[in-house]
Amino acid sequence: MHRIEMKSHPVLFRISGLSWVRSTVFLLSASFSVASFAAVLPKERADVMFHSYDGGGVTINGPSVLVRKNYLDKYSVTANVYVDNITGASIDVEILASEYTEERTELSLGVDYLVNKTILGLGYTNSSENDYKANTIYGSVSQDFFGDLSSVSFTYSQGWDEVSKTDDEGFGSRDVDHQKYVLSLSQILTKKWLMNVSLQTDVDEGFLNNPYRKYSALNEGGIGREFFDEIYPESRTSDAMAIRFKRYMPNRAALGFEFRAYQDSWGIDAYNFDVNYTRRWEDNWIFEVHHRWYSQKRADFYSDIFAFNSQQNFKARDKELSTFVSGTLGIGATYEYEPQEWGFVEKVAVSLLYDKMNIRYSNFLDAREEDSVGAGNESKYSLEADIIRLFCTVWY
Amino acid sequence: MKRINTGIIMSLFAFLLLSASGCTLKPWVKPYERMNLADPIMSFGRSPVADNYMHHVYQAREGAKGAEGGAGGGCGCN
Repeated sequence: MHRIEMKSHPVLFRISGLSWVRSTVFLLSASFSVASFAAVLPKERADVMFHSYDGGGVTINGPSVLVRKNYLDKYSVTANVYVDNITGASIDVEILASEYTEERTELSLGVDYLVNKTILGLGYTNSSENDYKANTIYGSVSQDFFGDLSSVSFTYSQGWDEVSKTDDEGFGSRDVDHQKYVLSLSQILTKKWLMNVSLQTDVDEGFLNNPYRKYSALNEGGIGREFFDEIYPESRTSDAMAIRFKRYMPNRAALGFEFRAYQDSWGIDAYNFDVNYTRRWEDNWIFEVHHRWYSQKRADFYSDIFAFNSQQNFKARDKELSTFVSGTLGIGATYEYEPQEWGFVEKVAVSLLYDKMNIRYSNFLDAREEDSVGAGNESKYSLEADIIRLFCTVWY
Repeated sequence: MKRINTGIIMSLFAFLLLSASGCTLKPWVKPYERMNLADPIMSFGRSPVADNYMHHVYQAREGAKGAEGGAGGGCGCN
């Protein structure tokens, strides 16, 4: 991992990067295990993707390679290598630190074992960068019922993270433990309708805040912001419930809908809707469009600016914990081709997906304006992001 | 606001499924009637790498997490 230009506050330059990393640690750990509407192993495939996120002053891109191979009609093994290259300066970095560059590499391995109508899964993920290490294991079981109309899966995962702070040896290494419980039901309702219900409980304990981020409080004169290290609770329990539907439409199309509700012990309430439409066109093309709407209420200990420093025990100014709404509009196109004489290759596809995300914060102010308008009078912050995924898939 | 208690719901959910599995409920959609449902465009997660990438884009920017749904259909694990 390397960086550029640590100008004024070297220990703060990592502000937005860590939040990105922390969110990704678990995502690839168990997400390639199997659960479908019949207890069969998934098709063998290989995916090579380039991903790009550009928004709020930060650019994150890199490759992701996923390979799945089946053995003896009973075992399915997956391997995934994922890389984030992060550059730029978010609004947090602009205020308190300087632009940075860093890289994170994540390796995931998983195996599924099919026995009768049950699939057992095990997996391991390692994520590594110079100031954040994460190891995660998971186990899952998936079972079909009612003539394969219903598929139920349960997954448990546990993770152990180590957080350190660049250029601050006194910080040492802090531990974070994660546990996840996920129960999911996929159900065939009719010849055209599918449903999925997912429940998830997370228990996180340890050093949960970003060591580079700071909250602000009015200074003694009451006219300016003064920044201090954030103080988070050392535990968090969260619950999420989601329901999704898919309906097969005329003209070889599908209409999808999703609703999710979320609450946690920090006081955050959130929910989101997603509507998506996918359609085949001629023999080789698939086009898709979706819109997602998200709303969130702030954490109990969040404030853009505290009236005085000792106002309360826990204090945070992470905009991810503030009150905001966001909208994401996405479009995509896929070209599929089934070669007749390519040996073991059954099908090839190339996909390009683009999403535009807009976030409007209700109580996170643009503190860059403090000098001109005064603390607490700044305008509400908002950001736009462009998100691209270009990938090639080969089934064999 | 009262918190969602997914632990209780999970337990109830599992109990109902285990109870129902012993019943003689017959599939109301026959295997030969599932052709349209088998089309990949009906999958809840058609592209594992792309879908998981979007999940963590959202998680990095939002306070909420979990129950994203998994690539492959019912996993929901991450």
